[in-house]
Amino acid sequence: MSVDATSARSGSGGRARGWPRIDPRYVPLTVTISLFVAMAAAGSMLYDGFFAPQVFLNLLIDNAFLCIVAVGMTFVILTGGIDLSVGAVVALTTMISAQLVEHNGVSPWLVMPLVLAIGALFGTAQGYLVQRFRLQPFIVTLAGMFLARGLCYLISTESISITHPVYSAIAQARVPLGGDASLSVSAVIALAVVLGGMWLAHATQFGRTVYAIGGSEASAQLMGLPVGSTLIRVYMLSGLCSALGGVVMTFYMLSGYSLHALGLELDAIAAVVIGGTLLTGGFGYVIGTLFGVLILGIIQTLIVFDGTLSSWWTRIAVGVLLFVFCLLQRLFEARRS
Amino acid sequence: MAAEAECVLSARGIRRTFPGVRALDNVELQLRAGEIHALMGQNGAGKSTLIKVLTGVHAPDSGSIELEGRPIRPASPLHAQQLGISTVYQEVNLCPNLTVAENIFAGRYPRRPWWRGGGIDWQAVEREARRLLTALQIDIEVTRLLSSYPVAIQQMIAIARATSVAARVLILDEPTSSLDADEVRQLFAVLDRLRRQGMAILFVTHFLEQVYAISDRITVLRNGSFVGEYRTSELSREALIAAMIGGAIAPATSASDTRDASDEVRSAPVLQAQGIARKGQLQATDFAVEAGEVVGIAGLLGSGRTELARLLFGLDAADSGAIVIAGQRAALHSPADAIACGLALCPEERKTEGLIADLSVRENIVLALQARAGLVPYLSREKQEAIAERFVAALGIKSASLETPVGQLSGGNQQKVLLARWLATEPRVLILDEPTRGIDIAAKQEIMNEIVALARAGMALVFISAEIEEVVRLADRIVVMRDRRKVGELPGGCGEHAVYEMIARH
Amino acid sequence: MRGETERERSLLMRWSAHQLFWPAVTLAALLAISALVNPSFLRLAWVDGHLQGSLIDVVNRAAPLMLVSMGMTLVIAVRGLDISVGAVLAISAAVAAVLIGGSLDAGTAVQTSRFPMSVAIVGALGVAMLCGLWNGLLVVKTGMQPIVATLILMVAGRGIAQLITDGRIITLYYSPYFYIGNGFLLGLPFAFCCAALVALAVHFALTRTALGLFIRSIGINPVAARVAGVRAPLITVALYVFCAFTAGVAGLIVSSNVKSADGNNAGLFMELDAILAVALGGTPLTGGRFSLAGTLIGALILQTLTSMIYASGVPPEVNMVVKAALVFAVMLLQSPEFRALLRRVAFRREAENA
Repeated sequence: MSVDATSARSGSGGRARGWPRIDPRYVPLTVTISLFVAMAAAGSMLYDGFFAPQVFLNLLIDNAFLCIVAVGMTFVILTGGIDLSVGAVVALTTMISAQLVEHNGVSPWLVMPLVLAIGALFGTAQGYLVQRFRLQPFIVTLAGMFLARGLCYLISTESISITHPVYSAIAQARVPLGGDASLSVSAVIALAVVLGGMWLAHATQFGRTVYAIGGSEASAQLMGLPVGSTLIRVYMLSGLCSALGGVVMTFYMLSGYSLHALGLELDAIAAVVIGGTLLTGGFGYVIGTLFGVLILGIIQTLIVFDGTLSSWWTRIAVGVLLFVFCLLQRLFEARRS
Repeated sequence: MAAEAECVLSARGIRRTFPGVRALDNVELQLRAGEIHALMGQNGAGKSTLIKVLTGVHAPDSGSIELEGRPIRPASPLHAQQLGISTVYQEVNLCPNLTVAENIFAGRYPRRPWWRGGGIDWQAVEREARRLLTALQIDIEVTRLLSSYPVAIQQMIAIARATSVAARVLILDEPTSSLDADEVRQLFAVLDRLRRQGMAILFVTHFLEQVYAISDRITVLRNGSFVGEYRTSELSREALIAAMIGGAIAPATSASDTRDASDEVRSAPVLQAQGIARKGQLQATDFAVEAGEVVGIAGLLGSGRTELARLLFGLDAADSGAIVIAGQRAALHSPADAIACGLALCPEERKTEGLIADLSVRENIVLALQARAGLVPYLSREKQEAIAERFVAALGIKSASLETPVGQLSGGNQQKVLLARWLATEPRVLILDEPTRGIDIAAKQEIMNEIVALARAGMALVFISAEIEEVVRLADRIVVMRDRRKVGELPGGCGEHAVYEMIARH
Repeated sequence: MRGETERERSLLMRWSAHQLFWPAVTLAALLAISALVNPSFLRLAWVDGHLQGSLIDVVNRAAPLMLVSMGMTLVIAVRGLDISVGAVLAISAAVAAVLIGGSLDAGTAVQTSRFPMSVAIVGALGVAMLCGLWNGLLVVKTGMQPIVATLILMVAGRGIAQLITDGRIITLYYSPYFYIGNGFLLGLPFAFCCAALVALAVHFALTRTALGLFIRSIGINPVAARVAGVRAPLITVALYVFCAFTAGVAGLIVSSNVKSADGNNAGLFMELDAILAVALGGTPLTGGRFSLAGTLIGALILQTLTSMIYASGVPPEVNMVVKAALVFAVMLLQSPEFRALLRRVAFRREAENA
């Protein structure tokens, strides 16, 4: 990278010599990936059987729905917003799918596009409220969360198991990767969503407008970017991803239940933040979110392998990571300004 | 240059009224291709309203705007931009988190054909951005973030973006306010190149020197009216100032005139700063003010005058140096500490840093007094009213009642409420940062008389103003600042010219 | 005649402009509907030395929410937000339960507590206030957005609560502790008395000290408040501590009421209900002008609504949908853009009629 010494602000004064120069944009991402590698290495050294391909593939298989939801959340957070309704929309999707397939006998091939459309519509409505009436995203999606969970309860308060052969077939299908290793259909969908998200964020006008809004909404407006429609589409995308996450969850759980994905919004936000996306918007990468999800997964796996630690340590560990990354973000912001 | 260049933009008979104010009255403006046109006027002359009319923020009540002979009615800044009128503001309206190239092309990226993967053609974006910047002879790396460049460069990038959309007219609204001399030179080089390419440029600034350095013509506004259009080469500085000010303002009674007899009250400084500095804001500066003295701080925008006031008041923490108040070394970590030491500051930004708009006049007046006292004892309602009433009467604050939200008052009365808030704390030192900005002449005069009266009563005053003429008129001693440091001191009544000379010499 | 109606109209307009007007009207309407559907709703009886009736039931059940939303009001008033109150509530309940302890001895409850009850209460509230201190310091010292700063404790808090109870739901058998959530004082539910006492204390602090003035200053213009010498960081931290304190008291009430502490489900969605109560009470979520009385009314509205739904035979699950509809309605009515739209529509209709 060439540097114009007279015009570039000297921001690298404090950096230790001898270290490879990393563009400040990639620092959070580097931290995230290094953390994942360190945790994987620690696990491999501490526990027998940890260092196996399937252990790592399971990270993706077990967290496919979280990954899909978190990609949608990444876009929302990049604009400086937040979507608290994602967990509830996932639950609503499982509920509608189970109800239609099991009780109304609708074909799964009809149900799946239908629930995706419902999710997208739900997100669009929230985006419209945020954009048109300048409401805080936080409170709009909070109400959306209540609404979606409430609708779940209206369908049924009991869990509905899904026995339809199409769902069980997809649930059991595996994509072999050589050796004993394999991926589930859900994991493949999650990877496709990550790739699609990366392309959307990097190579489209929509994606770049998302970043511009996160940097300065007023400037984006003055630059003539389609701020309003992009904001609405961001929430639509998040709704769509949530619904897709819900579909994937029906493959995973083979049931619809109003208490599915309780607190998933917190996990998704945590994954995005740990993935290096700035909560105030404007900075971050979709690939980082993938690693954020993998880190959340590996914490759980480490606790399972350890055996002596109880499950609630997951939440505490996630909280601590969230704290550390939020502090890092503040430092990052402070250094920029 | 041709004798009479083609007129690109012409605005005639522009009127615009706001409730209670005639902001623009029958204003004319002609911009010609290949010319830089300066728009001059004091604060409140109507410059920013005129720009807002041209860029579609406000619609004119009457009058016509023609662009290359066709009448236009810009409805929004975006619409104006599409018509060919691009604007670059003092605060850069770009996205700091995007690269330079992206900021130039955001919204109109070249796309890759579908057989090459579709999406944005980043190579073309970078290539085009480089070409564009090279044409303006700006040598920077386009793949770096906008925020990694100083404001001056960001300003030029904004110009590059503005000119790349086939603009015919470029409006620059005080682009040089936060730039240093070297950066201004770079910016002017870019403007000069654009001028030679045939762009019509409107340049708004406060700085006379810059007007004479770069502009071809000058339009002067005063109190919302059109004063005249002049060729820069044919207009002397004195004539320009006369056009802007429009006759002499009644001189205020100067503190130095009336205080000569009371020189014996002079004592050790109440407030003294020894080499206080803050990285990027102020270089090591000494400063002192005595009881009964008005010290003026003169300097251009960005000279560090506001920064000095903020450090003295503990609003920003100094990196080095010491502050001594009444002989005692004071550690000021917050304004609350400074207030406890008997300091007071009327900040530059009245609305954002001074008043609590939704609170009443009474609450705004007692706020600092109560904050110094802490949560308890809470001043009784009667005491609050008594204090507020006293200052409303003493300063002549015009308000429907003590319970009127202060945001509903006029600028001059708001400033007086702010002054009242600090006088209620009976400070030893009162720092006034631009107390007369944006208020009408009568209120201005009243506030300046009040300052003199306060000094006569033994208070130490620090008076900061962009209007150097005001500083000269009021101060016993003038501290001259430039480029974030103090360059010297002058005695009161030394004349504006001496101040300008000192600023220019250093 | 005409002058009189005009005067009436202006009186109505003055009333309706008051911050408390719409919350009060909503609550009155809900109570009226309840009374119409079920005439015994408003009936109060004196049984066993205390009042009994549906209204008493409502205020008793509303007590935890009233407490938490009071804390939330003050935090929101200084442009903050505390989404960790539910988790703090669970932590407080867990601490109290562990300190009280409880076991069954041959099927009969052992009526002793591990520590004196006062220690348990002070301990629970102390831990809750530590949580508040953590939140407040994060907001003030690091400059994180409040929602982000409190998100950390929201995520980790329930883990901490489970850590304290070792992952179990602790059932309580020590009957003196049950008084907090089930007892009566002066004929009124003790939980309600707690809420009323806190409300009185806050009211006193707001009107007899400069706290109210400082909170409004910080909420309306934090920069100007700082320049005027208001020690905003100190006050902000104190308010987060107070908010966590109210969550702690609510935790005591909830755990005493259900005689157990459940780290996972105690105070679930409490943060959302509290924010909703604040919004329903007419306090803008952007800070500044706040109304404590409005918030209390907001909390009562939510509880009355819940009681109505339970009483009406409609599946109780409808509750969440109704709450969602309420939030949408309230925030739309608070949005200047929406009001402008309404005005335009009304104006157009008037023009068409004319």
